[in-house]
Amino acid sequence: MTTQALPLAQPQTSFWSRLGNARRYIMIATVIGILLLITVLIGRVENTVADIVASFIATTITFATPLTLGALSGLYCERSGVVNIAIEGMMLGSCFFGFIAAGYFKGLGLPDQTALWLGVLIAMFSGLLFAALHAVLSIRFKVNQIISGTVINILAVGLTGYLNRQLFFQQGAHQLQSAGTLSRMPIPLLSDLPLIGGVFNQPPITYLALILVIVTQFVIFKTVWGLRTRAVGEHPRAADTVGINVYKMRYANVLIGGAIAGLAGAFFTLQSVGAFEPGMTAGRGFIALAALIFGNWSPVGAFAAALLFASAQAFQINLQFYSALVPPELDFLKKSQIVGMLPYVLTMVALTGIVGRTTAPAEDGIPYEKGE
Amino acid sequence: MADQISALEIKDITKQFPGVLANDKVSLNLKKGEIHALLGENGAGKTTLMNMVYGLYHPDHGQIFVNGQEAHIKEPTDAINLGIGMVHQHFMLIPVFTVAENIVLGNETIKGLQLDRRAASQRIRELSQQFGLEIDPNAMTGELPVGVQQRVEIIKALYRHCNVLILDEPTAVLTPQEADDLFRIMRELTQRGVSIIFISHKLKEVLAIADRITVLRGGRVVGETTPQTSDEHSLAAMMVGREVLLTVEKEKAQPKEVVLHVEGLRVKDKREHEAVAGVMLEVRAGEVLGIAGVQGNGQTELVEALTGLTHSFGGKMILAGQDVTNATPRRLVDAGIAHVPEDRHQFGMIKSYPIADNMILNTYHQEPYARRRTMNNKAIEEHAKRLVAQYDVRTPSVYTKGEALSGGNQQKMVVAREFSRPIKLLIAAQPTRGLDVGSIEFIHKRIIEQRDAGAAVLLVSAELDEVMSVSDRIAVMYRGKIIATVEAKTATREQLGLLMAGITPEQVAQK
Ligand SMILES: Nc1ncnc2c1ncn2[C@@H]1O[C@H](COP(=O)(O)OP(=O)(O)OP(=O)(O)O)[C@@H](O)[C@H]1O
Ligand SMILES: [Mg+2]
Repeated sequence: MTTQALPLAQPQTSFWSRLGNARRYIMIATVIGILLLITVLIGRVENTVADIVASFIATTITFATPLTLGALSGLYCERSGVVNIAIEGMMLGSCFFGFIAAGYFKGLGLPDQTALWLGVLIAMFSGLLFAALHAVLSIRFKVNQIISGTVINILAVGLTGYLNRQLFFQQGAHQLQSAGTLSRMPIPLLSDLPLIGGVFNQPPITYLALILVIVTQFVIFKTVWGLRTRAVGEHPRAADTVGINVYKMRYANVLIGGAIAGLAGAFFTLQSVGAFEPGMTAGRGFIALAALIFGNWSPVGAFAAALLFASAQAFQINLQFYSALVPPELDFLKKSQIVGMLPYVLTMVALTGIVGRTTAPAEDGIPYEKGE
Repeated sequence: MADQISALEIKDITKQFPGVLANDKVSLNLKKGEIHALLGENGAGKTTLMNMVYGLYHPDHGQIFVNGQEAHIKEPTDAINLGIGMVHQHFMLIPVFTVAENIVLGNETIKGLQLDRRAASQRIRELSQQFGLEIDPNAMTGELPVGVQQRVEIIKALYRHCNVLILDEPTAVLTPQEADDLFRIMRELTQRGVSIIFISHKLKEVLAIADRITVLRGGRVVGETTPQTSDEHSLAAMMVGREVLLTVEKEKAQPKEVVLHVEGLRVKDKREHEAVAGVMLEVRAGEVLGIAGVQGNGQTELVEALTGLTHSFGGKMILAGQDVTNATPRRLVDAGIAHVPEDRHQFGMIKSYPIADNMILNTYHQEPYARRRTMNNKAIEEHAKRLVAQYDVRTPSVYTKGEALSGGNQQKMVVAREFSRPIKLLIAAQPTRGLDVGSIEFIHKRIIEQRDAGAAVLLVSAELDEVMSVSDRIAVMYRGKIIATVEAKTATREQLGLLMAGITPEQVAQK
């Protein structure tokens, strides 16, 4: 006997929707391309196109550094099932403590660069401490993770603001010297490349960020650690039934995330500015979180999203730089408030899900309850 | 003598939950290489007992022996190390992982720093050949049919070298073909020395496959027997504590006006395939139309479209003369549709809500539960108390969370809510999945009551017995179409079986 097969209708899908994940990268490349094109069109009156492109790329990579690190920090937490909206606070707190530590070690007579590196370590350690607080609150005490994150964000603002006043502006406060910033480490040959040479002439935290993207991609998708981390973020009970300690995995990943947020914090005071100002992270932690979501919780995706948001910042800086050259009919581009909004507007547009939906780990943000 | 030692022995285990004594001095003895069935009403404590053996819960009193040695099982790891494997009532699989990832999780082998995927796939293929469990290690687990997902769960246990395998209601979600396949695998396993605890509500299966049977009622062992010395009636009576009608008693249907008219309905499934490809059907007031078919032939999508949970992209749905094609669920509910969904966790209830709130999910906006914009908690509580009593939902209180109920009692809660208001059309999908014989009898009676009260009933079920005994007419669905409609009275299992395989009478005649 034969059963007659009725033809099943073919799925009707457009070419665009079949591209899937690639859509996101295409859209990111397009937006960056447009921003770069406008910059080139405005700036070429006084500069060579190659110079403009090279500087745009180098600036983008620089701005992308804290965003990338922040997103990776969130990635470890959220892949294991703990929502982390405290990236901002962890970054702010650690950028302060890293800065203080670097100044302190300089005061002890250590060379500037050594003091700065020790500052980086302290920054990472303080990120880890903030993360430990978040972990205990949300894993042990099952506090709502948004609330726990908010507490840390507020705590970081208050604590750094207060200590900053006490240490530097109080009568008789002793003056802490800045150890400056981490110096650039040009990579031989690569840094001489045309256009993209600037990518290989960066201070160390930027390189670390790039390396961490690759390492994290490998860890999350290729190693036992990554498999277990994703398992406790997707279905903790299933992980529990095969003998994985859900709590330990979550603690460890949140702590790793904290240390990475600390590194992101170090970027601000120890690599970029060389001084501390209250609130200097300026919402970058939240943009990093957006990059994580827009990048669909994957390291490479988050990096691409970080590049997108960073290119908007680079665009804004370039426009200020070339503001005398902006043609009169594009006068609105001179209004720094308008262009300054661009990174935030892009962030919001990215999160609306226009470019393909993203899926969070299934149990992200839900405390795990073991049976009795 | 060596084979006198039990593979697993449970002695006087007691477990108290808040308000419920789930296990009361339960003892059970699993011999090497046997299939031991564990029977009991919904909420009798079967899952709880097995969860303690597997280290997910901890007994208040009692002992567990594995191979004659007392075992202290604190964590699932301890159970795994003792060679105990469990396939849970609700699968413990990660949908976004591949089959191989799900199987090795927790017992990974590595090569350098990386997961050794090749070795894992190799080992899985070996096991799958050895036990005749066909599986593709690289398939995405969430996209597999439940029957195959269950195979993944079994291989997961075998991968950890289990000698004792606990199967908690493995057949509740399987098609008859898948179930037969599972029984073949179970026999294969016992041949190789694995001992199996098999939990099921389907007495026919239990009689066919078990070596011994232990029956629980209200957390206590009420008896142990063998298939040779018992039959469906005696088992049912033992479980429920009274005589149970295993067939449905009903008068001849008195069909009246057409309530539901569906014409050329077309619906896509989640993967954008056309799952319902032009369905034509009519249900009249006072009759039950059963839809038979192998799972995955569009029944799920048909029901979702008829209840407003998904959109159709072609055809019409007319309810009591009104066009309600692609109407919202709220409008359909208000128009008098009741729905007992196939997946009660997704569409039937809110797990974290108390029973009282679950009982008004479709009427919360109406009097007397809502007074303008505020809830009338007194009315809600009274309503819930009445339904809990009327439908025999076993719970300590109406404020117990839905998720704390046993599977069967969750189902009764959903049925109670849907049947407790005046309705024109009842759509019931797998209404007795996972229920014990007593509850099945109860729900079948309620369905017939609705019919006799003048409701049109559309019953979708993968259980041929259920479709045949409850329905007045049976429509067979195959590849998204209704390929035949027959009178239930005259239909035979063989005839329906052929139709379900897509073979129409004309084709048979041609042969
Ligand atoms: N985590 C829990 N907290 C409180 N009560 C619980 C919990 N788990 C189960 N119970 C209660 O314990 C009793 C036994 O439940 P169990 O799930 O073991 O029943 P079961 O025999 O497996 O039923 P079913 O056939 O419906 O699956 C039920 O009354 C249930 O409400
Ligand atoms: Mg159960």
